[in-house]
Amino acid sequence: MVLDLPFLWAAIIAFAVLAYVILDGFDLGVGILFPLFKQKHDRDVMMNSVAPVWDGNETWLVLGGGGLMAVFPLAYATILPALYMPLILMLLGLIFRGVAFEYRWRTKRGEFLWDIAFAGGSMVAAFMQGVALGALVQGIPVTGRAYAGGWWDWLTPFSVATGIALLIGYGLLGATWLVMKTTGELAARARRYALRAGIGTLAAMGVFSLWTPFLEPLYFERWFGWPTIVFSLLVPLLVLGCFAMLIQGLRTEHDSRPFIAALGLFVLGFAGIGISFYPYIVPASLTIWEAAAPEESLAFLIVGAVVLVPMILGYTAYAYWVFRGKVDPEEGYH
Amino acid sequence: MFETLDATLLARLQFAFTISFHIVFPAFSIGLASYLAVLEGLWLWTKDEVYFALFNFWKTIFALTFGMGVVSGIVMSYQFGTNWSVFADKAGPVVGPLMGYEVLTAFFLEAGFLGVMLFGLNRVGPKLHFFATLMVALGTLISATWILAANSWMQTPAGFSVNAAGQFVPTDWWAVIFNPSFPYRLVHMVLAAYLTTAFVVGGVGALHLLRGDAPKRAGKMFSMAMWMAALVAPIQIFAGDMHGLNTLEHQPAKVMAMEGHFQSHPDGAPLILFGVPNAAEQRVDYAIEIPKLSSLILKHDLNAPLAGLDTVPRDLQPPVAVVFWSFRVMVAIGFAMLGLGLWSLWCRWRGTLGENSWLHRAAVLMGPAGFLAVLAGWVTTEVGRQPYTVYGHLLTADSVAPVDAPAVATSLIAFIIVYFLVFGAGTFYILRLMGRLPRDPLPEEEGPIRTAGITPAAAVSSKAGSHRHGA
Repeated sequence: MVLDLPFLWAAIIAFAVLAYVILDGFDLGVGILFPLFKQKHDRDVMMNSVAPVWDGNETWLVLGGGGLMAVFPLAYATILPALYMPLILMLLGLIFRGVAFEYRWRTKRGEFLWDIAFAGGSMVAAFMQGVALGALVQGIPVTGRAYAGGWWDWLTPFSVATGIALLIGYGLLGATWLVMKTTGELAARARRYALRAGIGTLAAMGVFSLWTPFLEPLYFERWFGWPTIVFSLLVPLLVLGCFAMLIQGLRTEHDSRPFIAALGLFVLGFAGIGISFYPYIVPASLTIWEAAAPEESLAFLIVGAVVLVPMILGYTAYAYWVFRGKVDPEEGYH
Repeated sequence: MFETLDATLLARLQFAFTISFHIVFPAFSIGLASYLAVLEGLWLWTKDEVYFALFNFWKTIFALTFGMGVVSGIVMSYQFGTNWSVFADKAGPVVGPLMGYEVLTAFFLEAGFLGVMLFGLNRVGPKLHFFATLMVALGTLISATWILAANSWMQTPAGFSVNAAGQFVPTDWWAVIFNPSFPYRLVHMVLAAYLTTAFVVGGVGALHLLRGDAPKRAGKMFSMAMWMAALVAPIQIFAGDMHGLNTLEHQPAKVMAMEGHFQSHPDGAPLILFGVPNAAEQRVDYAIEIPKLSSLILKHDLNAPLAGLDTVPRDLQPPVAVVFWSFRVMVAIGFAMLGLGLWSLWCRWRGTLGENSWLHRAAVLMGPAGFLAVLAGWVTTEVGRQPYTVYGHLLTADSVAPVDAPAVATSLIAFIIVYFLVFGAGTFYILRLMGRLPRDPLPEEEGPIRTAGITPAAAVSSKAGSHRHGA
């Protein structure tokens, strides 16, 4: 059997994007929740809960983007110009929130400014990622080897709705992360926000499950055709299962359970999008085989990916292990 | 037609602007990461608290630098798609995997262990912590290796063919990575990063020596930095010369622009020290020249013939004035670095390294010199590659995304405002940190920190002393 390298690479890129969404999702979520916590002490703890790991989390975004250029250069070259504005705004948002991790400890007078940068940057980045996702799901027109649409095609009711939905979803990840990592009044409030964001996420998933199939005949066929309809019936059940686990974890104060439930919701949502797409990488325009780089490029990088990704997961897990448990409010190097 | 040209120019400006900001952070953090590893290693080996104090001092500055490098680097990795999508489509199969390996082997390593290095001493103990510091330093070097392989391939492409879709298809990865200019470029860049850091460290040390605070710590970092300057500056000049000869072989037009040779010289080319390149008239006005020296430097023969830009069609010539001047700035700074290094050796021999205030003043003045040299060197090599993105194979004008000029202009303005705001603030914080070297010895650091990290109990008791927000 010949190895289907484009398929393998599609799986790896999908994994990188999922890893990014989940990992940076919770630390962006902490930024989204920032304005709800007014006290400096709470904010310090929130910041310290993600400070040692946010940088690694964001690296998955570079792998998703850089990997796409390496193995699906045509997809990279058509998706990025199509999403020009939302991506630039996302990058600007990431700049502000990224530097806030260091800057806010370096100034007393300016601290509130970097708190705003952290919260605002996180929100802009999260919203724009949602918009970009929505715009991608809508489909991107390609002629020859280039993007063939206009510069505002990305802005539609659907993409704005996905933007808002991702804000809520990241909020859920952030809140459940705080439930897991903090104590006392901060954790109690995080529980309340987690519940609200959980209900919002569930509602959003329902709306998009009904909306998406009608965007594109391809998606409709995928969701309501045989045999994939079995999956369409299974996914909502699993989603409800995760939601029940979230509620139960929040009620019984099993503090890591809500976070795991939130991860489950994201994995299911992501799988749903993947099922809609496949085998397209630029929906309705390019399949993974059409967009794939030459065999030589795919083969060269796969060797590294197969060896290195497990190592990366290993030492990333170690880094999380080092900083396991509840955040000590007094800790940090500042 | 006009609009396409405009978008290309704007995309080039945006790339030049964002990478000029970005490049100074890695240049500093490559050197600083290695310096931190050396400091921590010396601390563990000698148990001398001075090294640990210096480690903590530079660690905070490293964290700020690294943070700025990360966020500005993410912008770079997306710009190939947003503004240079045709380049991404065509060169992606070659350049993409190199950058992919950079992420897999370097970025994750740095990011994974950075958290442990910055926050984890009390949690993992000194040995594992030292390992984390080493991994961060190693990551910066691996990152430099891949990115310079990619950049060098764009300068001196090798090991590929072109397919029906116009994509560069790698045929021999060994030849792609070890392309003709890669070893020279890598050595030149890593040494530049080390020198840049040495001059910053030396400048800060000298500043505090002049002020008379913390003489032990300031003297230690000044001495270490001056060793680096004295030893590495001459090596760097030699490496730069080798790199220049390599460029002459593979990118002759770039060297012609660097030297300002519009005309060919059949029997020995002069070295133009200064002058005003005039591309319209294809000559250097007001030139001050030393006869035959250019041939001697480049060919090791006074009378060797040297081709000029008159052998290159006008539309394939790089912008001469920019390359001519940036090259001179880089070389001048290189020799100034050598001068300071030699001066410091002289003072060291006389036993006045810690007291010679003129040397200290010069070192403070030279503190930012490395950044200027790196920027000038980058301009020389990148502008000298024009009008190509992939030298000899893909024109810059044919690499740009089918992008509206207003979109590029808007994002360019946004980047300019945000970068000056954000990185201006970061520079301010770093400079302020540099000005606040803790006095020697610092009472609250004496007791607790030394015991921190050995047992959790000791770590807890040290917190009152080490936890000083915004200090």
